Amino acid sequence: MKFRRAIAAAAFAVASSALLAGEIPPGARRSGYSFMGPETRAMQDDDTSNPGMLFVLDGQALWMKKSGSADKACADCHGDARSSMKGVAARYPAFDRTQGRPVTLDQRINLCRAGHQQATPLPYESHDLLALSAFVAHQSREVPITAGDDPQLKPFVEQGRDFFNQREGQLNLSCANCHEDNFDKRLAGAPITQGQLTGYPLYRLEWQTLGSLERRLRSCMTGVRAQAYDYGAPELVALELYLMSRARGLPMETPAVRP
Amino acid sequence: MAALINVPTKAKRGEIIEIRALTSHIMETGFRRTAAGELVPRDIITSFTCRYNGNEIFRADLFPAIAANPYLSFFTVAKESGKFEFEWIGDNGYSSTASASITVE
Repeated sequence: MKFRRAIAAAAFAVASSALLAGEIPPGARRSGYSFMGPETRAMQDDDTSNPGMLFVLDGQALWMKKSGSADKACADCHGDARSSMKGVAARYPAFDRTQGRPVTLDQRINLCRAGHQQATPLPYESHDLLALSAFVAHQSREVPITAGDDPQLKPFVEQGRDFFNQREGQLNLSCANCHEDNFDKRLAGAPITQGQLTGYPLYRLEWQTLGSLERRLRSCMTGVRAQAYDYGAPELVALELYLMSRARGLPMETPAVRP
Repeated sequence: MAALINVPTKAKRGEIIEIRALTSHIMETGFRRTAAGELVPRDIITSFTCRYNGNEIFRADLFPAIAANPYLSFFTVAKESGKFEFEWIGDNGYSSTASASITVE
């Protein structure tokens, strides 16, 4: 009997170490929300205490505002965002035929500005781009993530996966070293999450503002002493695409609040 | 500027109600420097007031150590139906207002 138990324990140990080394199975995927303290959760849960909602309000105003030489607002083509934008952010980055590659929600907004509004593109990480992006993504709150389902995206998802597992920087760490092998542990005082993209753009208390996923990825790269890719770089888009496909099925939370 | 106010729409007379006010502001401390070494000038909200049917019921002074997008929560007694008016005043002539109504039964 003892012998059998030992075998079972050994089998379990092998199985759990195999789990640690591979991808997180769908049932074990957890939003960053589950790693936070009760105060930060409360801040996100109440829309009147979530500072990200201030950006959503600004985005709503921008949605209605005419812009560019075509003198059109987002609403003139897309109508009521509550129905037309519901679920859209949950499937981004999406494949763009004219570009022949995936584009992020921020890039889509700027493609719309250039093509349909004939307006100047909004700079990455500017207040207006974050506000519009937050407003659009907010319409998908509670909608399960489905990004990466398009078969045309397959090579880009693979590229993102390779990048996720690729060691880089002077510290020689890959994304997976922390976010798959060591989540639930702590890096200094901060909990290490699984890196599931449920709430972007999100309000970080450290930033004192709303920020994009690319800002987050770039600060992780700086953290491992690697040279960060520029905003909008195809490598960052591929990584975002892989991460979204990895968070498949988790509900969107935009705008999330994180420490 | 955008503001988010949370006041119960209905309350019983004499009930203690919570009021929450969140507004967007960068709250630049005046102590930070740019990469070039120049001081970023201070730009903060310095004062917040809440009036209930014209009577001041809450006032707060704000300082550089307060985070961006200040959030304030306080309590009052629901006495009569009417209007809460909120006002934020700050550096460089900053002024912003918001209001919310309540029905007291």
